[in-house]
Amino acid sequence: MLRAIRHKNILPAFSAFRAFSSSAKEMTVREALNSALDEEMSADPKVFLMGEEVGEYQGAYKITKGLLDKYGPERVLDTPITEAGFTGIGVGAAYYGLRPVVEFMTFNFSMQAIDHIINSAAKSNYMSAGQISVPIVFRGPNGAAAGVGAQHSQCYAAWYASCPGLKVLSPYSSEDARGLLKAAIRDPDPVVFLENELLYGESFPVSAEVLDSSFCLPIGKAKIEREGKDVTITAFSKMVGYALKAAEILAKEGISAEVINLRSIRPLDRSTINASVRKTNRLVTVEEGFPQHGVGAEICTSVIEESFGYLDAPVERIAGADVPMPYAANLERMAVPQVEDIVRAAKRACYRSVPLAATA
Amino acid sequence: MALSRIASSSHASNLLKPLSTALSIRRLISSDSTVPLTIETSLPFISHKCDAPPRAVDTSASELFSFFRDMATMRRMEIAADSLYKAKLIRGFCHLYDGQEAVAIGMEAAITKKDAIITAYRDHCTFIGRGGTLLEVFGELMGRICGGSKGKGGSMHFYRKQTNFFGGHGIVGAQIPLGCGLAFAQRYSKEENVTFTLYGDGAANQGQLFEALNMAALWDLPAILVCENNHYGMGTAEWRAAKNPAYYKRGDYVPGLKVDGMDVLAVKQACKFAKENALKNGPLILEMDTYRYHGHSMSDPGSTYRTRDEISGVRQERDPIERVRKLLLAHDIASEKELKDIEKQVRKDVDDAIAKAKECPMPDPSELFTNVYVKGLGVESFGADRKEVRATLP
Repeated sequence: MLRAIRHKNILPAFSAFRAFSSSAKEMTVREALNSALDEEMSADPKVFLMGEEVGEYQGAYKITKGLLDKYGPERVLDTPITEAGFTGIGVGAAYYGLRPVVEFMTFNFSMQAIDHIINSAAKSNYMSAGQISVPIVFRGPNGAAAGVGAQHSQCYAAWYASCPGLKVLSPYSSEDARGLLKAAIRDPDPVVFLENELLYGESFPVSAEVLDSSFCLPIGKAKIEREGKDVTITAFSKMVGYALKAAEILAKEGISAEVINLRSIRPLDRSTINASVRKTNRLVTVEEGFPQHGVGAEICTSVIEESFGYLDAPVERIAGADVPMPYAANLERMAVPQVEDIVRAAKRACYRSVPLAATA
Repeated sequence: MALSRIASSSHASNLLKPLSTALSIRRLISSDSTVPLTIETSLPFISHKCDAPPRAVDTSASELFSFFRDMATMRRMEIAADSLYKAKLIRGFCHLYDGQEAVAIGMEAAITKKDAIITAYRDHCTFIGRGGTLLEVFGELMGRICGGSKGKGGSMHFYRKQTNFFGGHGIVGAQIPLGCGLAFAQRYSKEENVTFTLYGDGAANQGQLFEALNMAALWDLPAILVCENNHYGMGTAEWRAAKNPAYYKRGDYVPGLKVDGMDVLAVKQACKFAKENALKNGPLILEMDTYRYHGHSMSDPGSTYRTRDEISGVRQERDPIERVRKLLLAHDIASEKELKDIEKQVRKDVDDAIAKAKECPMPDPSELFTNVYVKGLGVESFGADRKEVRATLP
C-alpha cells in the first residue's frame, strides 16, 4: 500500500532549526540524499547501508558522509569490491526482515549483481505467494558522467523498469532526492534508485515541508515541472533540467511546452502523461539511455495506445545515441542528448522546423 | 620496443665521449654489454605448493640499462598525465601506475610479444610495455585520433592486438576470466605461449576469479594470474577487504609465488619461472608486492586512507627506479651524469609526445558510428535525435 502523502505544512519542533521561516533554503542533491539516509536510519534501526567506500572513505561521491561516525560499523558496512556477493548478502538480509540500502558505485557495476536484483529480489514476493517480501533499496549513480567511457556510462532505467516486482525511481531535484529516497527506504518492495553523478553538486530550493523528516513523495506519480499547452516533454533525472532549458527556448519562439518529471519509471505514471498529451496533442520523450526498447519507447506506445485520437503529430523520441559511449569529447557530446535536440524535436512536433537534415 | 630506439642514439653519443671526463670512475662494464651478469634479488621468493625459483637472476648490463630507461619513461609519462588531468586536457577517469613500473618492465623482460597480457584500468604503462608509443598514450588520454584507440576508448581502454595486449578493462575482476579465455585459446591452438592476467588486491576477492581459476586448473590452461598487490583497493586497505590477504595462496590447489614487485629482477625471474611452469602444469598465481604513489585515480587524493609517511617511506626504501640506479652505479655500468642525461632525454621525449598529441585532431563526427560491429548488415544507427542524425552501419 502506498504511504499516505503529507500535504499539510506542519513544522514539527525538532526540525524547526532547519526551516527558515521566510527565505527559501537551498540544498544540493548530495545533501538531500545524505539527510534522507540519516533520517531514515535514525527512524528505523533495521535500516543499514552497505557498499564500496560508504563508510571510512565517507562515500565515493560523499553521499554517505558522516553516517559511519553516527551509526557505527554495524550499520554502515564497507564491502570488498564484490558486487555479486554483497548484493546477494543484502537481499538475504532483506528476506530476514532487515532493510538494507545497497550502494553501487555506479549502476554499471550492478550488472555483476543483476541476477540477485532480478531473480532473488524482484521475483521473490510473487514466487512465495507473499511470504518473502524484500524491502531493499539499490541506489547509486546511473547514466553518463563526463568522459568516463563505454563501460561506465550506461543508463539502466529501461532494463530495470521492464521487470515486474521492482520499483524504479529516478530523482531530479533535491526535493525529489529526499522524498523519493525516503519513500524507497520505507517501501516494502525492492526499489532501484537511479541517481546521477552530475546532479550531486547541484543546488535546488527546498521548502520547510521538504526538510521535515516525515517528508515523503509518492511512488508512481510524475510531477509537472512546468505547465504548458503546445507540446508535452517527458524526462527523468538530468534530462529534466535539459527539458526545462529547452522549454525556456521554445517559449521565446511562442511554443508553450509542458515538462513532466517522471520521478518514477516503474510504476510509470501513464495517467499523468496521457492527460498531458490529451491537452497538448504532441509528445517528445527524452532520456539518456539507448533508444531501442527504451523508456521513451514505452511512453510513446502508452500514448499511442491510450490517446491515439488526441495526437496531432507523430511522437518524437530523444535518447542517447545508439552506440557505446565514446571517450573523445566531441563524440561524447553527440552521443548524449543536448538541449538543442529537444528543442528541435519539439518544433518538429509543432510543425515548426525545417525539413529533415541529410543523413550522416 | 620503440623506447629502445629513441634512447640508443643519445646513448651512442655518450659512448663516444672521452672517458677522461676526469671525475668519472673508470668504467668496468659498458652499458650496452650483453655479457651475462648475475644479481641476487633483494628478498627471497615465498612459494605456495611449488619450489621457488633461485634468487640469483641472469641479466646483463644492457638489460639493466634498458630497465632504467624504460621505467624512467613510464614514470615521467604518468607524472605528465597527472598535470594534463589537472589542466583538464584529460577527462573522466585516470588511474596512474607510478611506483608499479617494475611489474610491467620485469614481465616484458621474461616473455615475448607472442605471450598475451590483459589487465584492468591502470593500463598506460602496460600498453607502453607491449610496444605502444608515448604519442598513442597521450593522444588517447586527450581523446585524439592519434590515440591507441583513436580517442574512442580513453584511459581505461588501451589495446594492442598485434602484440597480444588485450586491454584495458573498466570493471573490476572482469579481465580475469577473459585472461583465462586467452589462455584457453592458446592451448586450443596448440601454441607454446602463455597469458598473464593482471589484477589488483581489490579484485582478488571477486568470485569470477575463483570460477575462472577452477576451470583453468581443470583444463590445464597456460594462465598466469598476477595480483599486483598495492595494498589498497581504492580507499580500502587489504586487511579490511580480505580475510586472507596472502593472495599468492588464495588459489588453494593452484601453486603461487610471492614476489617483491618493486624489484624488477625479481619480477623477471618470477615471470620466467611462471611461464615455464604454466606451459607444463597449468595455472599459477604470482603476487607482486608493489605500491602506487598516486591515489586510486586522479579523483582520489590517496592520503585519507594512508599516511604521507607511508608513501614517502616506500619511495625512499623501495622505489624501483632508484633500485636499478643503485645497481647501475654499483656495477659501474653507468655514471650519475649519464643516468641524469637519460632522465633529461626521457623528459624531452614525453614533452615532445605531449606537444605532438596536442596538435592532433579530435575524431571526425562520422567516427561516432564506426566499429559498432564488424559486420553491420546495413543496420541503421541513430544519434540523440533519431530524425536528425542517423547512419547505416556497413
